[in-house]
This record gives sequence, structure tokens and C-alpha cells, in this order.
Amino acid sequence: MMSQSFKWLTGMSAGTLLFLYGPIAVILLFSFNVSKISAVWEGGTLHWYRQLAGDHSLWLATNNSLMVGVVSTLVALALGIGAAVVLERGRVQGKPLIEGVLLLSLVIPEVMLGVALLLFFVMIELPLGLMTVTIGHCVFNLPLVIMVLRARLRKIDPIWEEAARDLGATPWQAFVHVTLPLLRPALLGAGLMAFTLSLDDFVVTFFTTGPGATTLPLKVFSMMRTGITPEINALSAILVTVSMLLIGVSLAFQRK
Amino acid sequence: MNVSSLHQPSVLLLPTLLVLGGFFCIPLLLMFGVSFASRGLYGGIEWTFTFENYQRLADPLYWTIYGRSVFLAGATTVVCLAVGFPLAYVMARSSARMQTVLLVLVMIPFWTNFLVRTYAWMFLLRTEGLFNSLLMYLGIVDAPLELLYTNGAVFIGLVYGYLPFMILPLYVAIERISPSLEEATYDLYANSMSVFLHVVIPLAKPGIVAGCILVFIPSVGAFITPHLLGGGQSMMLGTLIQHEFLVVRDWPFGSAISFLLMLLVLVVGVPIFKGRKLWGT
Repeated sequence: MMSQSFKWLTGMSAGTLLFLYGPIAVILLFSFNVSKISAVWEGGTLHWYRQLAGDHSLWLATNNSLMVGVVSTLVALALGIGAAVVLERGRVQGKPLIEGVLLLSLVIPEVMLGVALLLFFVMIELPLGLMTVTIGHCVFNLPLVIMVLRARLRKIDPIWEEAARDLGATPWQAFVHVTLPLLRPALLGAGLMAFTLSLDDFVVTFFTTGPGATTLPLKVFSMMRTGITPEINALSAILVTVSMLLIGVSLAFQRK
Repeated sequence: MNVSSLHQPSVLLLPTLLVLGGFFCIPLLLMFGVSFASRGLYGGIEWTFTFENYQRLADPLYWTIYGRSVFLAGATTVVCLAVGFPLAYVMARSSARMQTVLLVLVMIPFWTNFLVRTYAWMFLLRTEGLFNSLLMYLGIVDAPLELLYTNGAVFIGLVYGYLPFMILPLYVAIERISPSLEEATYDLYANSMSVFLHVVIPLAKPGIVAGCILVFIPSVGAFITPHLLGGGQSMMLGTLIQHEFLVVRDWPFGSAISFLLMLLVLVVGVPIFKGRKLWGT
């Protein structure tokens, strides 16, 4: 009886996976379709990929995305380590308030963060561009990095750090030689997560961007608005492949 | 590191406080202030103190949009739970090797660009799309159906977009439940339905709650999905805010709607977040 219902559940699960993968598979398949307009298969071609490779604005957008991703990830990691250690191990005044702000920044709808930043940048007359986009990405990446690092720190017994201190290490030495190595897998995980979120972000970028600061998702979006073409399918296929590679990398790190 | 070992915790915390204070708290406070101002002649802000923007929220015109947002987000949450639970259960009860494979299969959509996944449904549902081509080829319909830019399209897009957010916490919770508990219940002559209702569901509760928050909150404030799949026909709060800010350029009213959305998120999210701590997860 038990195996009977388990079979039934397995069938449903297969259906769910089909639902998750069917649409992506269709996109991938039609990125090789000869026909530009029709949703009917008319033969295979790499034409759309070649066309993408020749699109200069696409390379520019990729470059912008990578820059914003790298900078916001590094800033979030650099600031997040200190904040996570202090919040987890130290005694901080006004901790409930800080916790509240961190929680709020994690649950706030992206649209709201986007328009609030737009309003703020316009009022302080900071020109919209890559700078404002990068600031926006730091704002959503930093709390996330702090959350991941704190979760890891909670599992690291403070006894190691105390032992280092008893052996005469300064707080800084104890941090660099004991805490940091123990944190390394979490740092890699958090960094990869922040980088991926930044590369994929559309909403916050959409509201904080200005002339000449087109990122990859913004480029994809503007292509979608002008009409559905096999080029978008090809670009989507590339983005899906990149996501899969990133997961592969993060899994490989976790295995180590 | 004990307390005494961190002489100057503020030095390490300060940069974070500056970034979040300057670029998160201040913009939000500023927006709160703007929500009490009024729209200038050319879309600027006039600093006159008024409750008008909040009074306008009560306009019946917008109730359809609030209703649609809450209804679609609620329905998305329920359907994700119903569809995600069997898969999460099967994952948790598979062999270690199979668990890894299934986990990766669920994580790939989770990490795949949201725009791309929404675009996939534009591709399938548009007038010349695959579904319509198929329906016409099979002779089921004579003329293409209007599938895109409907509530149904937004609903499918939301379920598709946020399903992995439900499956992952469910899997983590179910995986912690020892299979021997279920076996013991079977030995006591329970049928699979009562094992499910009285053992699996109560023990998986933390995962169910986490999954529901993780699906409901982004759904109710969704922007990409209603924008691309709903268009002007099926507006939600997220698209309404964007419309007020970038199209109508009524920033004070847009700000007021934003705080309505935040209230909605906090009312649903915070009690459950606090509750989660009580359950010790």
C-alpha cells in the first residue's frame, strides 16, 4: 500500500519536473529554428547565435553586468564579514534595530526598493548610471551575505577563537588565522549567490539605471519588448547554460 | 571571540550601517515623506502636507488591483504547495544519489534568470505561440485564443517562477523527518492518508510555513511577471507602482501605494517570521 502511494507521488513529481523543464526546453529548441516568426520547426541553424555574437551592444551589456556583479559582490563580502562577526560574536548597541533593518531589507518587494532608490538618487541629484545601479545591488546583496555568514558563524564553536586568544593571539590574528579559514566555504557560497543575483537582477537595475548603463537583463528586456525573435531564444539559452555552469561550480566547491 | 576581544566592534559594523542607513533607510524615509506631498504640475514633487494620496488608495478603481494581487499571490502559494509537496516528499525519501540529482534539477530553475523563465511563457502563450499553433493544428480552435495578457497567464507565470522557492524549504523539512516514524504509524494500521495528515504534515510545518512566505511575499509584490504576461490588462501592485512612477509620474501617489504594499508584506511576513523562531527552526 505504501509503495502504491509512493508510485503515485513519483508520477506527480515527474509531472512537476516536466512543468519546470518543458518551457525552458522549448526555448532552447527554438533557438536553433530556421524560421524567424513561426512557432513551427523548420530546420536547424546556428544563425541566431552568430547574430548575437556580432551584436556590439550585447557585449557592452555583458561587460556592464560583470562589472556591477563583481563590484557589488566584493563590497557585500568585504562589509558583510565584519558585520556578521560583530553581530554574531560581539555585543552591539541597538542590535534589535539593526536586526529589524536587515530583516526588512530581505523581505521588502524589489519594486519598492527600486523606486525608493530612484527617488533618493534623483533628489540628491546623483546622475543615474552604473554607479547608482552598483549601489542598488550592494543594498540587496549585503544583507544576504550577512545572513549566510551569520548562519555559518553560529555553527562555528567560539571555543576555537578563544583557544587562539589564550595562546596569545590578538583579536585580529584570531580572526585571520582561525575564523576566516573556517568561514571560507560560506564566503564562497555567499559570494557566488550575490554574484548570480546581481547578474540576474532586473527590477532594481531597471529603476536605478541611466543612459549608457544597460546590463544584460535590461538588454534582454528591451529585446523582448520589441518583439519575440529567435535571437532572444538564443540569448536565453546562453543564460540558462551560464546558470547551470555556476551551479556546477558551487556544487564542486561544496564537495571539497 | 568573546566580548572583550572585540574592542571596537563599531569599526567593523560601521561601513554596513552607513551603506544600509544611507541607501536603504534614508530612501525609505524619504519616500514616506514624499507619500504626504503632492504632485507638481510637471510631475515634480510639491512639499505640501496632505493625506490625499492615502485617501486616493481607497478609490474603487484600485481595489481590483489590490484584490487581484492578493488573490493571485494566495492562489500561487496554495498551488505551489500542492504541486511542490509530492516532489519534495519524493526527493526526501529517495536514495542519497537520487536526492542529489533531484536537488540539482530543482536548483537549476531556481538559479535561472527570472526574465528568461517568464519569457518562456510569452513564447508559449502568445497569439502565434506554440500552444495556439498546436491547438489550431489539431483543429481544436479555428482562430488563436487570447492567452497572453490575462490573469491566467500571470498566474501560470507566478507558479512557474516561484515553485522552486516552495520545494526547497519543504524538502529540507521533510528530509529531517525520520522514515521510521512513518513506518511505526503504518505498523499501527494507519493508512497512507492518515500518516500523511497526522505525521508528515505536522512535522513538515516549519518547511510549509517557510515555503509559503517565500512564495507569497515575492508574488504579491511581483513586477516582471504581471508586466510581461499581464500587460495593461492584468495589473498588480508592482506594475501599478511602476506605472505611477515612470508613466504617470505621480511620485507621491506611487510612494503611498508602495507603503500599502509594504504593509501587506509585513502583516503577512513578520508574525510568521517570529512564529518560526518559536518553533525552533
